[in-house]
Amino acid sequence: MRYPVLGSAAYPPIHRPAQIMALNRLDRTARQTVLTVQDYWLFAGRALLDLFRPPVYWNDLLLQSDIIGVGSATIVLLSGFFTGCVLALQSASTLAAFGATAVTGQFVSKSMIMELGPVLTGIMVSGRNASSMASELGSMVVTEQIDAMRALGVDPLRKLVTPRIYASIAMLFFLTIISDACGILGGAAVTVYLNHQNGTQYFHMAYERLRSPDIVQGLVKPLFFGYILSSIGCFYGMRTTGGTQGVGRSTISAVVSASVLIIFVDFLITHVLLTLFG
Amino acid sequence: MNVPSILTVPEPLADSTPVVELRQVTIAFDGPPVLENISFTVAPGETRILLGPAGVGKSVLLKLINGLLLPDRGHVLLFGEDISALKEDELFSLRARTGMVFQEGALFDSLTVRDNVAYQLIQDRAIPDDEIDRRVRQALSFVGLEETFSLYPASLSGGMRRRVAIARALINNPELILYDSPTGGLDPVTSTTIIELVMKERDVHRTPSLLVTHRLQDAFTLCTHRFDAAKNSMLPLPQGQPDPSTTFLMLEEGRLIFDGSLHDLLHTDNRFVREFLE
Repeated sequence: MRYPVLGSAAYPPIHRPAQIMALNRLDRTARQTVLTVQDYWLFAGRALLDLFRPPVYWNDLLLQSDIIGVGSATIVLLSGFFTGCVLALQSASTLAAFGATAVTGQFVSKSMIMELGPVLTGIMVSGRNASSMASELGSMVVTEQIDAMRALGVDPLRKLVTPRIYASIAMLFFLTIISDACGILGGAAVTVYLNHQNGTQYFHMAYERLRSPDIVQGLVKPLFFGYILSSIGCFYGMRTTGGTQGVGRSTISAVVSASVLIIFVDFLITHVLLTLFG
Repeated sequence: MNVPSILTVPEPLADSTPVVELRQVTIAFDGPPVLENISFTVAPGETRILLGPAGVGKSVLLKLINGLLLPDRGHVLLFGEDISALKEDELFSLRARTGMVFQEGALFDSLTVRDNVAYQLIQDRAIPDDEIDRRVRQALSFVGLEETFSLYPASLSGGMRRRVAIARALINNPELILYDSPTGGLDPVTSTTIIELVMKERDVHRTPSLLVTHRLQDAFTLCTHRFDAAKNSMLPLPQGQPDPSTTFLMLEEGRLIFDGSLHDLLHTDNRFVREFLE
């Protein structure tokens, strides 16, 4: 089939500048989005591999583990506990309609371990640490501290990003376990003190119905979430432009992107693991 | 371990190989070129003063020399090596031979003055703490700030921060120093103190340097004075005999419009240069 030649009468020229401007803007946005995604993967991939090539900044890794892990413990503990409380309250009222309040423990423990523990911990830690990473690194960029570091012969990716990524992965794993445990305890507190049910039965159901794949699912997710929140926080921080306003923009973008991506990746992992384990 | 002291005069490069050479360098950031077809050299022992109004690309030029930015076209030779073709990892060793003083000092907020000045030595991990302390005190003594050893940058004045930045740039006995507007935003008295330090480095250590400034007074002071090590202060040179190793460059809208001595600068016919001087 022969197509008419561009510029011929079959393709009349567009005379409306607004349309052209809109198309140009769309084109620019699409290009920028693709470039940003490409830059992100190169950045996050290099930072991940840098742990296996010297120099490795172990002291910075320990320091970041303390800041991210110990520093986030309180919010994770509280959010986990109260999520467990709410789960027990909501599930008990629904399950009562079917005379199945005895399975509250199973409901709470499975929900916490498979979904709510990892996702809530990821989002809470992201709110606290992805924002902190983006603003800290962003401030360093706009005050030329990152350039100064490079000028002094130190690779900022190795020194600042790699320790944050590995510290986040390791700490989110342990924080999720704490969150799961606190959630189950919160559910137990509500079951015993507000719903006046048997605590032994609650814990028995919570433990008895758990399967290994449930636990694997709950412990695999934080590894991905830790990587996502730290790499995105650092990525936006290192790309900061536009002075102090730019730092604010980077911080917002980091938290929003990390939170959305955590939920999206949660969906993907759940789908894959359910397909694998049934 | 044999570590060079700050009081050691660096070995000059073989014969008259320029320390820095730019050949037809052009760079742009999403728009018209910031710098276009820039060519000049910095010879061993030479101090070049880069003049020009704000926003003509002076800081960009310094970052190109240090490999912090890469040119779109042309070649940048640092210590005889074409850095335009080097990877980031390969640049670190060359940058370690160069000292750079940033516009606002770019000190690391979270580190003490001691750790800021010793940053490069600490990252090397091969120098004992006692030796680091000794060299930091020596560098701080050079800039007259021994008492700030344990302080944080936040507790220093603007002028003190610049002096600490100079100490940080000098501690590794660099073979080239790049000063990015070291007196920008400072009062005249503090500016003179900073220029005196630049002169001291020039006349005591004979380190080649490139100094960016838009303050004519600083440029002329550097050219018409010398540092007397015995009296530890600067003295005026005889009338009509400026320092022969200090020469000028001038940028206008991304183009190099002047390259010559103080005498050439004062007698040039270039209208822009004359307006700038007036």
